[in-house]
Amino acid sequence: MFHWLEKNPFFFAVGVFLVIAFAGIITILPNFAESSRPVVGLKPYTVLELAGKEVYKKDACIACHSQMIRPFKAETDRYGQYSLSGEYAYDRPFLWGSKRTGPDLHRIGNYRTTDWHENHMWEPIDVVPGSIMPAYKHQFTNLADIETAYAEAVTVKNVFATPYGDEFQATKAAWEAHKPKVLADAKAIAADMKNQDVKDAVAAGNIPEVVAIIAYMNRLK
Amino acid sequence: MQSNAALEYDYSVAKLFTYATILFGFLAMLIGTLIAAQLAFPELNYLIGEYGTFSRLRPVHTNTAIFGFTVGGVFATFYYVGQRVLKVSMAESKFLMFIGKLHFWIWFFGALFATITLLMGYSQSKEYAQYEWPADVAIVILWVLWGISIFGLIGIRREKVLYISMWYYIATFLGIAMLYIFNNMAVPTYFASGGLGSIMHSVSMYSGANDAMVQWWYGHNAVAFGFTVPIVGMIYYFLPKESGQAIYSYKLSLLSFWGLMFLYLWAGAHHLLYSPVPDWVQTMASVFSIVLILPSWGSAINMLLTMKGEWNQLTENPLIKFMVLASTFYMLSTLEGPIQAIKSVNAIAHFTDWIPGHVHDGVLGWVTFMIMASLFHMAPRMFKREIYSRKLIEVQFWLQTTAVVLYFTSMWIAGITQGMMWRAVDEYGNLMYSFIDTVTVLHPYYAIRTLSGVLYFVGFVIFAYNMIKTMSSSRELTEEPQFKSPMA
Repeated sequence: MFHWLEKNPFFFAVGVFLVIAFAGIITILPNFAESSRPVVGLKPYTVLELAGKEVYKKDACIACHSQMIRPFKAETDRYGQYSLSGEYAYDRPFLWGSKRTGPDLHRIGNYRTTDWHENHMWEPIDVVPGSIMPAYKHQFTNLADIETAYAEAVTVKNVFATPYGDEFQATKAAWEAHKPKVLADAKAIAADMKNQDVKDAVAAGNIPEVVAIIAYMNRLK
Repeated sequence: MQSNAALEYDYSVAKLFTYATILFGFLAMLIGTLIAAQLAFPELNYLIGEYGTFSRLRPVHTNTAIFGFTVGGVFATFYYVGQRVLKVSMAESKFLMFIGKLHFWIWFFGALFATITLLMGYSQSKEYAQYEWPADVAIVILWVLWGISIFGLIGIRREKVLYISMWYYIATFLGIAMLYIFNNMAVPTYFASGGLGSIMHSVSMYSGANDAMVQWWYGHNAVAFGFTVPIVGMIYYFLPKESGQAIYSYKLSLLSFWGLMFLYLWAGAHHLLYSPVPDWVQTMASVFSIVLILPSWGSAINMLLTMKGEWNQLTENPLIKFMVLASTFYMLSTLEGPIQAIKSVNAIAHFTDWIPGHVHDGVLGWVTFMIMASLFHMAPRMFKREIYSRKLIEVQFWLQTTAVVLYFTSMWIAGITQGMMWRAVDEYGNLMYSFIDTVTVLHPYYAIRTLSGVLYFVGFVIFAYNMIKTMSSSRELTEEPQFKSPMA
């Protein structure tokens, strides 16, 4: 049979494809629906939190930080309750990570505060002596892309039935109507910060990246 | 595999890919060495503002190494090997020549474009699938073009039986096509929201644990079909060609090929041990990872036995040295991987530096060694000049071999140290170390890895110099060498 396949490239290719496609079908499909079911009480991310998640992706925090606590005593002592699949139901993409050059962040909202993050993002080594994390000062001046975050919320609502409210519509007008809510969330974060430039920017209706990523960090619980 | 003097092969596409492979290899290893240094000396994070942090550069390093250097090397060798094992010249078909060149330019500009978008921060944040959707579209197009090249050449072939290397190129084509498309399924938000926000942004079709399953099915097997399958195909061609020895066993190559195809795809979830994906999937991945030793070692042993009775060539021919050491590193890497996939070992190893250590004994010791040896073998035949300097190859060999050994030994120690410290408890059962203790302790190992990066990078620069000299100013050859590549 193998000799015959080696003379018939088409059937050879079909054979290879069947053999390699097999495992994916068997392992991924059976639990697909179950694995995307949210835990009770899980709320979708707010637009500001989504914008913060985009900052997290943009600066590739995932290169050094995980968001997945394994069921070992050493991990639950350090980070809190081990992670459940239903907690990630609204995470697109998942951000579990594969490397802990820095600590896990899945429940960082439980034990770090807005002002801790502000100081830490500005100069990590002042907060954690010996830290090798770079400072992310550019997040204090770059503005978060909240319109794209809103577009994401609308997209997941319409395409994947993520439970966002009726006010989330795919129109410019709906976005303009929602914008004040995002700004209000940002003001609540900025109130706990001390950087005057950030406070001024938010007061003027602009949201620096650091405000968004802190909103996202505070949400991780 | 006898030579066919009547046929004049056309290497114009293979040459283009060779130049670009060297360029991307240079960039990937330069950035890799820089980010290794950043972990040891964090001040290096601020060389180019927000674009120079470790986190922003790490995906640039991995993606340039994969989609620039490795994939480029696979294409370069395909446009060389494909013609020769199928006994057909690219010059015979204007259509295939056009497709080949189009393939090159779309790949080249696609890879540049993708690198720039990553630097700017457009990222899906899925490992080795960071490229946002416009770059994904470019990749799909160039992959289809490669498929047309493969099956076009096969369509006009004279040699009816597909040689082993062709099996592996076909499998690479099919495997990556399937994996890449399914893992990158995403909805561009601009179009789904009536034109709001950035046109570059998209959202994954899978959420949470499902996304994790699909991603690591992809992530692990992108390694399989990018870093293993085509490289095995390359060694099946280049080792016999360079040594003048026939492959030791056809049956073993058959077993290894079909075994690898069937087993590899089950193993992806070993990246998700103790995570919230179903337990049975994790166990299955663990078991299949162990069984995977068989086909991996099957290929490697087949290569080593091909050299049976001819071990003197190791001292006479540095290219044989590269290839034999490459298959040895392949054996090391494919034993280390399954060990890390055992659940109790993984509990310590996961999230630590042992994992990048494992990756790099594979990519530096196996993949890059094979690509460089293959390009060295191709150079005298493509450019009709002897290799510029044997001495430089020897220097390069020892620099880079030392580098690989330093890399994986330092990361073994770093990884196991960190894994043990994370779980260490005192006599009352409390955690002994705060997280930062487990970071500062790694400084010497990060410094050793930086040194390893510098050595390997210098070796690569020597390789590039040797290749450029071979192309431009080395002694011209009057006829094509039969086996051993001539070198000054």
